[in-house]
Amino acid sequence: MKTLKEIKCGETARVVKLEGTGAVKRRIMDMGITRGTDIFVRKVAPLGDPIEITVRGYELSLRKGDAESILVN
Amino acid sequence: MSVTVALAGNPNCGKTTMFNDLTGNSQFVGNWPGVTVEKKEGRLRGHKDVTIMDLPGIYSLSPYSLEEVVSRNYLMNNRPDVILNLVDASNIERNLYLTTQLTEIGIPVVIALNMMDIVRKNGDVIDVKKLSHELGCQIIETSAIKNEGSMQAAEAAVKMAQSGKKTVPHHTFSECVEKALAQIKELAGNCIPQENSRWYCVKLFERDEKLCSQIKIPSDKAAQIERVITACETELDDDSESIITNERYEYIAKIVKSCVQKKRRTLSVSDKIDRIVTNRILALPIFVVVMFIVYYISITTIGDIATNFMNDTLFGGWISPAAESFFTGIGTADWLTGLIVNGIIGGVGSVLGFVPQMLILFVMLCALEDCGYMARIAFIMDRIFRRVGLSGESFIPMLIGSGCGVPGVMASRTIEQDRDRKMTIMTTTFIPCGAKMPIVALIAGAVFGGAWWVAPSAYFIGVAAIIVSGIILKKTKMFAGEPAPFVMELPAYHIPTVKNVLRGTWERGWSFIKKAGTVILLASIFVWFTSSFGFVDGTFGMVEDINTSVLAAIGSAVAVIFVPLGFGNWQSAVATVLGLVAKEEVVGTFGTLYAVAGDALGMVEEGDFGGLGNIAQHFTYLSAYSFLLFNLLCAPCFAAIGAIKREMNNAKWTWFAIGYQCVFAYAIALMVYQFGLLFSGAGFSAGTVAALLLFIVLIWLLVRKGYNENNIRLRASNVVRS
Repeated sequence: MKTLKEIKCGETARVVKLEGTGAVKRRIMDMGITRGTDIFVRKVAPLGDPIEITVRGYELSLRKGDAESILVN
Repeated sequence: MSVTVALAGNPNCGKTTMFNDLTGNSQFVGNWPGVTVEKKEGRLRGHKDVTIMDLPGIYSLSPYSLEEVVSRNYLMNNRPDVILNLVDASNIERNLYLTTQLTEIGIPVVIALNMMDIVRKNGDVIDVKKLSHELGCQIIETSAIKNEGSMQAAEAAVKMAQSGKKTVPHHTFSECVEKALAQIKELAGNCIPQENSRWYCVKLFERDEKLCSQIKIPSDKAAQIERVITACETELDDDSESIITNERYEYIAKIVKSCVQKKRRTLSVSDKIDRIVTNRILALPIFVVVMFIVYYISITTIGDIATNFMNDTLFGGWISPAAESFFTGIGTADWLTGLIVNGIIGGVGSVLGFVPQMLILFVMLCALEDCGYMARIAFIMDRIFRRVGLSGESFIPMLIGSGCGVPGVMASRTIEQDRDRKMTIMTTTFIPCGAKMPIVALIAGAVFGGAWWVAPSAYFIGVAAIIVSGIILKKTKMFAGEPAPFVMELPAYHIPTVKNVLRGTWERGWSFIKKAGTVILLASIFVWFTSSFGFVDGTFGMVEDINTSVLAAIGSAVAVIFVPLGFGNWQSAVATVLGLVAKEEVVGTFGTLYAVAGDALGMVEEGDFGGLGNIAQHFTYLSAYSFLLFNLLCAPCFAAIGAIKREMNNAKWTWFAIGYQCVFAYAIALMVYQFGLLFSGAGFSAGTVAALLLFIVLIWLLVRKGYNENNIRLRASNVVRS
């Protein structure tokens, strides 16, 4: 199993589990990143962080630190 | 019967456009009590008895963000008659997530399925009838930007409210969760309101802290409820909050699959734009160009011309002299003429002087926001700014602040996170603004003989002050708490609408005039009074010479504070105080107090430092630089303080911001002066000890462990490794 942080640009991964608790986790889930969702990693910001992903048909940006708490396969 | 319609929806779903469509000019813009979240309400066009309440754009009704809590509390406590839920049809899955929560509250819900024009253009098909049946609410197709359907949607909502029908949520959770919810309902009994027991049960199941603190459940029942939740969590192997969120999305995915037919997507125009604009190589150059254009237009060219016209020509050249000759002509007493011309007109002028520049800047910021580039700025700059506890969105206020702090502070409005916004407001004015430049030029030219490094060092110190403050403040209790996740939607690009941009511009400009105006006016009158009245030969009256004014007396009294900083004379103290009116006043005041022949400010602007020897001889290199530092970093001018007050929307926070800036400025100037003395061989003194102590405190504040930082978050990577 990998975390979303390790997924390369242009690849798609499916969410297996979310780590963490409270506000951060809830916010990530509220935005539609839940178990079984497909996530397409679109690009990395010019300075290397954050990343831009496509989830549930829209674009979302996410820090690598937070992407680390999303387990995918 | 009067009806209140609450307009609810995600950010970027066209809510502002629809609200403007529905209410026209009958809007009232304010703040939700005690918070910086904007509150808007208006009357529905053609319906005097229908109020539209615009809720903040939210993704969910969780208890974690300010906007969400404000919306929840409004819906629960004020009980609007109906909710008009705006759903972006082109982004339907995430938008319906909020809908599933809204339908549980027990208030009738009508859905306005917005952006249907985009859906049709994409070739997608939505079975509205089926969707309406699945969700259990009436759906009206709209396209707010093209002015289609908004009115019908609002009227349908009003009808719904008047019919007295209820919206019953059709979605159910999994068997296990439903069983738990039923048990919770039974256990909670009469402790929760019956008309929206579903909402309360779900929130109890989620262990929602904000809601649990509002209702009283006997401890034995609460313990039983806790056992029910834990049992369900064990069975589904997740925490209760995640279970609910997961199941909501699963439910939505299911109905979207059956109601929405998506055409295979080709690359949209927005995608193509984004490919270029946030491209790894091109993003930064494009960003620099965009920022240059914004700065060039709003600060350097049009904005500067407008401000100069307002300040020098309109108020300085036309209104003030005209008023003065008018009042003198009709024989008004000198003091009254002075009060009106210099105090009131001067004060009002200093408020209004900034308005044209601000409006020009806001036109551009609103356009950037409306077209979707603002979110990309945060995306591009985030990495740099979050190091110091700010967000990528803080870049714009700081950039604008280098021209003028007033619009700079106002530009912080676009920052989403409350904490980041407050910190940006507090630190933006550390950047030397245009009005501080004459002080820098005076010190560099007259004292340092035109040394090249003085001006760049002012900017360097401004940036350093922001970084140091960011790190220090981030570790304090009031800015601590769980790290705010930077999970931000990057909305599709679209062409900004003239109507939205102009309205946004007007709202911000007007709120500055209203909220900041009073502070500036009162402060200007106070300073005018103290500088033009005083005791001469034992009688109190108007004085010609500022040396004998009340302000000079106050200056001498407070000058002692500045002794450790190296400029403990009353002239410097008075100049610093008058700098609060406008920072360039510092130079003019020195000119008057040290009897410089001619206009000191004009001489500085022209680079003619020959006649300023009178000022220079009162300073050493060290005390001049210390004076410069203090004036750069301490409280900004009244106009900027007014802007801070407007944006903080809270007296305590405003005072804290001003206080922090002054203390910080004092500490830095003191350290520079005292260490400078020490290194130039003046020997050890009490001042050196104070500076050393301050230095130690500063280092401690920088490196100490932050409040609550010990709460280690479980990282998934650790799990993977183990």
